[in-house]
Amino acid sequence: MNKSIDKLKILDVISILLLITATGMVFLYAPVERVMGMVQKVFYFHVSSAWVGMLSFIVAAVAGAVYLKTSKTKWDILSFAAVEIGIVFAIIAICTGSIWARPVWNTWWTWDPRLTTTAIMTLVFIAYLMLRQGMDDPEKRARFGAVYTIIGALSVPLTFLSIRIFRTIHPVVIGAPSATSAAFDMSPRMLQTFLFSLIVWSVVFIALLWHRVRLGTLAHEVEQAKMKLEEI
Amino acid sequence: MSEQKTESSFLQSVSAVVWKDLTAELRSREIFSAMFVFALLVVLIFNFALELEAGTRASVAAGVLWATFTFAGTLGLNRSMSMEKDRGCLDGLLLAPVDRSAIFFGKMVGNLVFMLIVELVVIPLFSILYNINLIQPGLLLVTLLGSIGYIAVGTLLSAMAVQARTRDILLPILLFPVVIPVVIAAVKASSGYLQGIPMNEITPWLNLLVVYDIIFLTTAWLVFDKVVEE
Amino acid sequence: MIKVQRLVKRFGVKTVLHNLDFQVQEGEFVALMGPNGAGKTTLLRILSSLMKPTYGKISVAGYSLPEQSSHVRSRLGIVSHLPLLYGDLTAEENLRFFGKLYNINNMPNRIGEVLDLIGLMQRKNDLVRTFSRGMQQRLAIGRAILHNPEVLLLDEPHTGLDQDACEMLDQLLKNVAVQGRTVVMTSHDLVRVQDLASRFDVLTKGKVSASISANHLEEDGLITFYRHALEASA
Repeated sequence: MNKSIDKLKILDVISILLLITATGMVFLYAPVERVMGMVQKVFYFHVSSAWVGMLSFIVAAVAGAVYLKTSKTKWDILSFAAVEIGIVFAIIAICTGSIWARPVWNTWWTWDPRLTTTAIMTLVFIAYLMLRQGMDDPEKRARFGAVYTIIGALSVPLTFLSIRIFRTIHPVVIGAPSATSAAFDMSPRMLQTFLFSLIVWSVVFIALLWHRVRLGTLAHEVEQAKMKLEEI
Repeated sequence: MSEQKTESSFLQSVSAVVWKDLTAELRSREIFSAMFVFALLVVLIFNFALELEAGTRASVAAGVLWATFTFAGTLGLNRSMSMEKDRGCLDGLLLAPVDRSAIFFGKMVGNLVFMLIVELVVIPLFSILYNINLIQPGLLLVTLLGSIGYIAVGTLLSAMAVQARTRDILLPILLFPVVIPVVIAAVKASSGYLQGIPMNEITPWLNLLVVYDIIFLTTAWLVFDKVVEE
Repeated sequence: MIKVQRLVKRFGVKTVLHNLDFQVQEGEFVALMGPNGAGKTTLLRILSSLMKPTYGKISVAGYSLPEQSSHVRSRLGIVSHLPLLYGDLTAEENLRFFGKLYNINNMPNRIGEVLDLIGLMQRKNDLVRTFSRGMQQRLAIGRAILHNPEVLLLDEPHTGLDQDACEMLDQLLKNVAVQGRTVVMTSHDLVRVQDLASRFDVLTKGKVSASISANHLEEDGLITFYRHALEASA
């Protein structure tokens, strides 16, 4: 156990350093975009957050499926952790998307496929939490959670698809291009900053996930100890 | 002691469960009346909420219809599963030598029949109230395909929700986010038929509905015993 | 007929059944007694295939659980303290439904037979929700024996019944249900149980702590035996 705590501490330090570097790159290294100005810099964190949110979703669903197969609690803890972190990043993605959209396209929200799907994905995450909260039996709680992550993982891509088809057949009413597609050309420096941000946030994701899984494992052990005490 | 010990066939079990649900419902009409009255109330509320001019009606009708079905559907799903859980009847089903998935399909078909009956009553009523002809084969097909997907996921999720403390509010919260592709596709396809849009613009939606139905029927079938076992 | 070896059932860290050994010969009627929480219902739920064991070897009617559970289910009849019946269907319809699930030959005849045996022929077209608790339990027994199971499991069937209903139930059990079958019944009602069973096992803290057969018991000796068993295992 101690060895992995040390590894985790190292990862924490690396993550913080990477974050500082990325922020530095965003503000100092990447050029200011011609048309949108400073607000475009939100883009780097916006897309990274959305990416992490999606990654969490997939991790949650895969962990859920493995839990259903093996019934080993650690997969359930992983799934739960991924959902919690996913919610945070998905909300960050939505908020940053909003912040970006407002000055550029004069609207707080665009119903474009990616943003809308992210919002729906967040709702699925929240529903998952409410499902868990409403179950008293820990084993069923884990099992049902896993089932729901799978259902969510199957339906969200279909949601994305349906909104996509919606947009191709019916042109955008607002007249603004999709907020999350690169509506500007990226210079090489921008591209580098962008890719670097993606990597950095993925590392941060892993660090957070690891912390959360540790927390979850400890919480699980406490719950078990409590149950044992009740027996006596 | 010479009774046959073979298990009943899958089809026999499914039809037994469906027969049981239909017979019980025919007597009490609880599910049907709850869904029907609720659907009417929703249509009424939309009427005042949207203030539809004759011109805009056609484009909005499909949306109002599907919003109605989506909300009313949860009532039926909840009630149907609660019936099994509360008197311990689900145990009775699980104790029988039948495949778990037969129980799922039986409940699913029963729920589907209830929903289709309500829809078949609401659609003509809606046509009369809003002076649009909704009784077209295209629209009915879309309604069928959409209902299948909705009920497949809904039956599975209601089996989970009914075991939670927060059973009544949980089902809509679980169901609505994952049933959005159905709603979008059904509304767009229905509108398409109503407005006489060319078929090649409607087919993508129909395809989406069929894909959704297949994916979720299969998933629910595979996963159902994880949801009912102890 | 029923063989349970080193059965362990855990819920998380809580162990409800500890290396339980339990055997019932063909034709025996075993009454399972014990304080609440001892694991009686859990054991019955595992034997009926509703629950899976954590460890252990179980065989019922020659088939092993949980692998061959659907074979076991077709040879098992269950009566629980919940009626497991559909209130909006008539008595006859309830039996018909379960008859279909159990794939019974010659159904109309068999249903008629069972209705006669449980004395509910007159009320066969009445909705079950109009039945008294006693009548519902009788119908539940009818449902349990419909497919002529080799094993009958009863989980506190007297719960919620008044004296008369209990009497009727016992008569039914003795004359109809139990004939030639292997029976395991859990109960808190020691007086009734002494009259019915051929063997009495006491379950405490997830293990069978005491067992005695009926012919070794004196009149009203069961209560004493039970009390001793509880004290010994405390």
